[in-house]
Amino acid sequence: MSLMRAESLSRRFGGLLAVDGASLEVPEGGLIGLIGPNGAGKTTLFALLSGFLTPSAGRVDFAGADVTAEPPHRRAVRGMARTFQIVQPFAGLTVRENIAVGAYLRHPARRDAIRSAEAVAEEVGLGPMLDAQAAALTVAGRKRLELARALATEPRLLLLDEVLAGLNPSEVRDIIPVIRTIRERGVAILMIEHVMQAVMNLCDHVHVLAGGRMIASGPPQVVTADPRVIEAYLGHGAAARIAAGSAHA
Amino acid sequence: MPPELIAEAVANGLLAGAAYALVALGLTLVYGVLHIVNFAHGALLSVAMFAAWGLHAAFGLDPYTAILPLVVAFFGFGYALQRWVIGPASHGDDGNTLLVTLGLSIMIENALLALFRSDTRTLGGDAGFDVVEIGPMLLSRPRLIGFGVALVTAALLWALLALTDTGRAIRAVAKEKFGAQLCGIDPRHVYAVTFGLGCACLAVAACLLLPTFYVNPRVGNAFVLVAFTIVVLGGMGSIPGALVGGLFVGVVESLGGLLLGESLGQLGIFLIFILVLLLRPTGLFGARA
Amino acid sequence: MNPREVIPGLALLAVIALLPLVASNVVLNFLLSSLIVALAAQGWNLLGGYAGQLSFGHAAFFGTGAYATAVLQIRYGVNAWAGLAAGIALGAAVGWVIGALSFRARLRGSYFALVTLAFAEVLRILANAADFTGGASGLLIRLSPGVENLQFASRAAFLWLLAGAVAAVLLLTGWIAHHRFGAQLVAVRENEDAARALGVDVLRTKLRAIALSGGVTAAAGCLYAQNFLYLDANIAYGTWISIEVLIACVLGGTGTVLGPVVGALALHGVGELAKLALGRVAGPVPGVDLVVFGALLILAVAFLPRGVMDGVQRLVRGLAR
Repeated sequence: MSLMRAESLSRRFGGLLAVDGASLEVPEGGLIGLIGPNGAGKTTLFALLSGFLTPSAGRVDFAGADVTAEPPHRRAVRGMARTFQIVQPFAGLTVRENIAVGAYLRHPARRDAIRSAEAVAEEVGLGPMLDAQAAALTVAGRKRLELARALATEPRLLLLDEVLAGLNPSEVRDIIPVIRTIRERGVAILMIEHVMQAVMNLCDHVHVLAGGRMIASGPPQVVTADPRVIEAYLGHGAAARIAAGSAHA
Repeated sequence: MPPELIAEAVANGLLAGAAYALVALGLTLVYGVLHIVNFAHGALLSVAMFAAWGLHAAFGLDPYTAILPLVVAFFGFGYALQRWVIGPASHGDDGNTLLVTLGLSIMIENALLALFRSDTRTLGGDAGFDVVEIGPMLLSRPRLIGFGVALVTAALLWALLALTDTGRAIRAVAKEKFGAQLCGIDPRHVYAVTFGLGCACLAVAACLLLPTFYVNPRVGNAFVLVAFTIVVLGGMGSIPGALVGGLFVGVVESLGGLLLGESLGQLGIFLIFILVLLLRPTGLFGARA
Repeated sequence: MNPREVIPGLALLAVIALLPLVASNVVLNFLLSSLIVALAAQGWNLLGGYAGQLSFGHAAFFGTGAYATAVLQIRYGVNAWAGLAAGIALGAAVGWVIGALSFRARLRGSYFALVTLAFAEVLRILANAADFTGGASGLLIRLSPGVENLQFASRAAFLWLLAGAVAAVLLLTGWIAHHRFGAQLVAVRENEDAARALGVDVLRTKLRAIALSGGVTAAAGCLYAQNFLYLDANIAYGTWISIEVLIACVLGGTGTVLGPVVGALALHGVGELAKLALGRVAGPVPGVDLVVFGALLILAVAFLPRGVMDGVQRLVRGLAR
């Protein structure tokens, strides 16, 4: 049963076709990866899925409704949440208040929203930082805050835009179980990620975007061995060279 | 309405528009490079006009002769203002810059009021009423001179930006502040130079306006909203835009006065300003979050 | 509501309300005009401080409130209290219309500031020209003291009314600041995209903010009209009020519950002192208090990014160390 389905999405900026007929599907409770080289159009595709951009062509269905023309806040009400690659904390607020902004979506009363925000903070490991100013957090802390705020909206689908980028290996190691726990609660996740170790580790299905087109999709092990994917990352002829290299070895 | 009358109104509008264009030029230059709206622009124009008037009253200096010393003085004044007041006080935040320039404009306008009271002053004499006959039209000589000088000033400014190293540094900072910094350009210096150039434009405008206009502590405000309209209309940061926009608004205002009467003219400027802001394609504004 | 934010404000207003027992008329006049500006500034603060949309044209709301009260009483014989209610409603409506036009056009930052200024000026010119607003000669509200006419024989009574209004808005602001609406306002101020992603309807939040802001500032205009019983376009829709409310908020701390009240009192206090000081030396000089206001604005932006109270607190902490 698919929770979100994007069909032949395209987005043109002037003469540039940033996303070109891309389709993807996120099943209920699934953890799907979206990978691709820099400039492939991943972030644009994310913006189309979350409503920050409207597609030039194609449609997006979410939870049984056509949401192609809906603004982001309406999609959030339906249960779609996203994080930003460049973290966007509300600088003037504490960690608790930041997360509460998300929690207010489902809990109009202050007491409930704060309680829910605190629970989410515990879950992502921000429990001890609740009273800190958001602006005072480290990069890793801000990434967790970004995650917590989105999670506080109690989404059915979480779109994660490079939550691991900029973290050191031990920070990455710490946050992977958090993502896994979220998924185990039944929240479907679509993640853009460059850290391949995490993608291989977490995702049950991966889509590969290059030059605005979906060039491959399948289980992570299969996709990363796909010559088209290797060429997209490493350049024309790379797959053949690697194959030749491993034949020698 | 006889066609000569309309032609004359158009010609007068073009001449008045040249002064608008100069005021708008300073504003658009500062906006294009510093990405701030200089709210003190009108008050600074008032200062320039008082300075030109003062030079005339004290030393009998002709406003056209006063252009050179005033341009130098105002460049220095503007440089200092941006470098040591507006820049440091704003901590690099656009909202703060707006507030600081608002504070400056309140201070300047009321300091002028305290010094000179609200009396309106003119150069006196009748040089302001000289006319030149061109075909069937009678045109004001000082305005004609103003038109010429305004065009020359715009050309000089363009040449400065396009052809000199200073101009290249200014354009570099306008496009990519951080990159320019890496190349050894000090953006604080460039910002101050740009602000100084904006003020120098005001000095020229003041000298050209003085023969046909009056001076009082609030005189700059009359121009600055028009200038804002022009800058939005002509494209924020665009020099040709300011020039063409200025001339266009001058003509519209002149024809509007002819067809609708003067009393509504003031209202018209504000309404046009609002409409221009509201109807402008949204992308231009959305781009700067 | 956070009692630490609200109680000092209520205590301050209680002290002000007690002052008529001891203070002279000069002091009472000072307090009256300060509290009118404080009330108007509380309105500005909801939009400019909490929602982060800097308005340079709050005179549009102040004037609408003042004219609504005056015109309804003079032309239509409406009761003054009903006039007050109508003024607040009209102020909110004007706010909503200006907001709907400019926020839909995605004006923000400098552009929003400029367009609000232009709206206020349009209203000023119209009020100065139209007949039913009394044109350039203005409007006089008939003197008839009595609670039912919202007029009081004693200044003290009017001061109590004003202090009550300011206290009410203080409580309202304190409540908003710690509930959903306040969180959404701050989210919109800090980052519109992030707010949107979390399900905040940014346009609707801004519209509510500007309508509420317009209503509160219009209330100040109504009370101004009832206190002075005279107004014209340059008073009601004049740039002075737009500027004073903005500076009061910046000085007192934008986006704080108490900021506008403290800022308005401080601003007027310093302005009066400046007039007195210079008056001793040079006789009355027009505009000198405004020169000081402008300087205060720049100094506050430069050195007191979170307002004068925060500055004092930091100073005290620094000295104690």
